[in-house]
Amino acid sequence: MQAFTTLDGLVCPLDRANVDTDAIIPKQFLKSIKRSGFGPNLFDEWRYRDHGEPGMDNSKRPLNPEFVLNFPRYAGAQVLLARENFGCGSSREHAPWALEDYGFRVVIAPSFADIFFNNCFKNGLLPIVLPAQTVDLLFAEAQAKEGYRLAINLADQTIKTPMGLVFGFDITAHRKHCLLNGLDEIGLTLNHADKIKAFEEKRRLEQPWLFA
Amino acid sequence: MPQSLYDKLWNSHVVHEEADGTALLYIDRHLVHEVTSPQAFEGLKLAGRKPWRISSVVATADHNTPTDHWDEGIKDPISRQQVETLDANIREFGALAYFPFKDKKQGIVHVVGPENGATLPGMTVVCGDSHTSTHGAFACLAHGIGTSEVEHVLATQTLVAKKSRSMLIKVEGVLGRGVTAKDIALAVIGRIGTAGGTGYALEFAGSAIRGLSMEGRMTLCNMAIEAGARAGMIAVDDITIDYLKDRTFSPQGDMWNKAVGYWRTLISDDGAAFDAVVELDAALIEPQVTWGTSPEMVTHVGGTVPDPAKIDDPVKRSGIERALSYMGLTANTPIAEIPVDKVFIGSCTNSRIEDLRAAAAIVRGRQKAASVKQVLIVPGSGLVKAQAEAEGLHQIFIAAGFEWREPGCSMCLAMNADRLEPGERCASTSNRNFEGRQGQGGRTHLVSPEMAAAAAIAGHFIDVRTLG
Repeated sequence: MQAFTTLDGLVCPLDRANVDTDAIIPKQFLKSIKRSGFGPNLFDEWRYRDHGEPGMDNSKRPLNPEFVLNFPRYAGAQVLLARENFGCGSSREHAPWALEDYGFRVVIAPSFADIFFNNCFKNGLLPIVLPAQTVDLLFAEAQAKEGYRLAINLADQTIKTPMGLVFGFDITAHRKHCLLNGLDEIGLTLNHADKIKAFEEKRRLEQPWLFA
Repeated sequence: MPQSLYDKLWNSHVVHEEADGTALLYIDRHLVHEVTSPQAFEGLKLAGRKPWRISSVVATADHNTPTDHWDEGIKDPISRQQVETLDANIREFGALAYFPFKDKKQGIVHVVGPENGATLPGMTVVCGDSHTSTHGAFACLAHGIGTSEVEHVLATQTLVAKKSRSMLIKVEGVLGRGVTAKDIALAVIGRIGTAGGTGYALEFAGSAIRGLSMEGRMTLCNMAIEAGARAGMIAVDDITIDYLKDRTFSPQGDMWNKAVGYWRTLISDDGAAFDAVVELDAALIEPQVTWGTSPEMVTHVGGTVPDPAKIDDPVKRSGIERALSYMGLTANTPIAEIPVDKVFIGSCTNSRIEDLRAAAAIVRGRQKAASVKQVLIVPGSGLVKAQAEAEGLHQIFIAAGFEWREPGCSMCLAMNADRLEPGERCASTSNRNFEGRQGQGGRTHLVSPEMAAAAAIAGHFIDVRTLG
C-alpha cells in the first residue's frame, strides 16, 4: 500500500448526500479480476452521457459537462469534498480502488458509511470526517475560488485552507501508523500468529462443532 | 454486569486488543463469492501466503450467473472469466464446501450458508458482501468486508476491527395481515434513515421479532446495512434451534446437545445496556413502498410521493428533487397510482421458500396484468427451487404469466443479463433502489414479496390487503 504523509491537493466539491458505491463504480466494472484500472469509470453513469461497459475506449465516450468532475477547473483534483453518508451501500472495494486510481488521495465528508470508510485505509486513501458546518464552509470556499487547494498533514492530523484556517481531524492510532508507513496489515497481524493459534486451539476444545 | 448479545459475541472472539481499542477478531465462517474474491486470492499468492484455515470457507458463484438457458453456459466472457477464476481458486486452495455454477445446491451466498447449516449461532461470519448482515438472524456477529479484508481473513483467520456502539430496535405487538419482515425493515429505515445505524451494531428484539420465522429474521437482518449498520442480530430461541436441526453442517448427536446448550446463552441479559434504543409498534406498520433512490425514501402503500417544496433543509430538498426527477415521479402522486413495467421477486433479501409461498398465495388463480412486461421469479438457491417445485409453486407462477428462473442474484444488481432498461419501473423485493442499481436508468421500488406479486397482478402498486 502506498503511504500517506502530507498532501497539498486541488479540491473537487461533489454536492450530493448519500453517494452510494453503485454510483462510485457501477456493477458492470466489478467483473474485472484486477485491482487497478477503475479510474476512468469512477462515477461512470454521472460522468458520461452513454452507457459504459468494460473494454470500451473511455477517451472516445461523450462526457457529461454538467457533472462536477468534468469541469476543467477540477482537472487533477486529489481531494474530494462530499456530503453525508458517503460510500453507503455495497462493500465493493472497487469504490476506493476507483477513487484512488482516478487520483484522489483524500475524501472529506461529514459522515461515511462504515465499510467504505474502512476500505479506504487499506488503499492509501484517507477519509476525513469533519463537522457539517466545517464541510459547509469548505464547499462554499471551493465553489467560490478556482484553484482551491487544501493542505493535509496526517502526522499532525490537520487540514489547512488557503486562508490559513486549520482544522484538526480524528484517526485511530493503528490506522494512522499503517497509513503513514504504508504497512501491509496482514504482515502486522501475523506478528500475533502465536496468539491466534492459541485462541483457535482453545475454541476447538470448547466449541468443536465449529471445526467440523 | 449484564451483557448484550453483541457484547457476548464480541468478547468471545477477541484474540488481541491494542491500546486504542483496535482488536483482532477471530473469524469462524468465511463466505466467498466470485466478485470480491479474485484479487484477494491473487494477493495471497503474490505474497506467497497460505490460507490459515481453509475449512472455514464456504463458496458459491451467484452474482454473475445467468438465470436461464444454463445449458448455454455464461455467455458474457468477462462474467465467465470471473466465475472460472473462483473455480480455479477453490481447486487450488480448497473449501469446506463449494457450490459452483449449475450445482444443484448453488445459489445466493446468503441463502446457501444458512440452509446448509454453515451459519451457526455464536459464529463470526464475514463475506466480501455488505448483505452478510443477513446471518445475524442466527445470533451471529456477521458483516460485510472489503476485498483487502477477504485476503486478511484468508491469511490470518482474523479481522482488524473496533467495537461498534449498540442499538436495540424493539418491535412489540403483532404484525397486521399482509405486513411482513420486509415492511418492518423498511419502516425502521424510514424512521432512523440510511445513516441512522452507522457506527452501530443493531439488535432486533421484541414480540414481533420473536414471532418471525428464520426466513423473516434473515430478511430483517439483511436490511440492517441499508440502515447504515454493518451488523444486525437477533437472539437465539426455539425457532432458531428448530431451523438448524439436521442441516448438512449442523452438529449431530451429543455434539448437537452441547451446542444447543451454548446457543441458548446467546441472548441479551436483562438490564443489558445499549447506546441507543428505537421502539416501533408492530400494529402500526403498514405495507411499505419506496418512492426514491435511497431505501429511506419510503412510505406506506396508502401514502403519496412527497412534495420537496414542503422541505426546509436544502440538502434534503435537493436530494428529493433529484430522486423524483430520476424516478419520473410527480410530487403528491398517490403510491397506489404508480404503474409498474416489471416485477422482480428474488435477491438475498426475499428469495427463500417462505417468500415464494407468500407470493404464490397472492398469485394463485390470477393473471399478470397485460401492461406488465415481465415478472421474474428467481429462487435464492437450487434447494429453494426444488422445494418450490415440489410444492407446485412454480406452476402457479407460470400459469400467471410469470417467468420461473434459475437461482442467483439476478436483477437485484443486474450483473448478469437480467436488468431494467432505461426508464423502466420495477416493483422489486430486493434491497437497494439506488440510481442504476437494476440497470442504467432503471427505476426501483422496494416492496415485500406479497406487495410485488400484487403489483404484478394489478399493474400498479396496490394494498395487498385489499386483494382478499
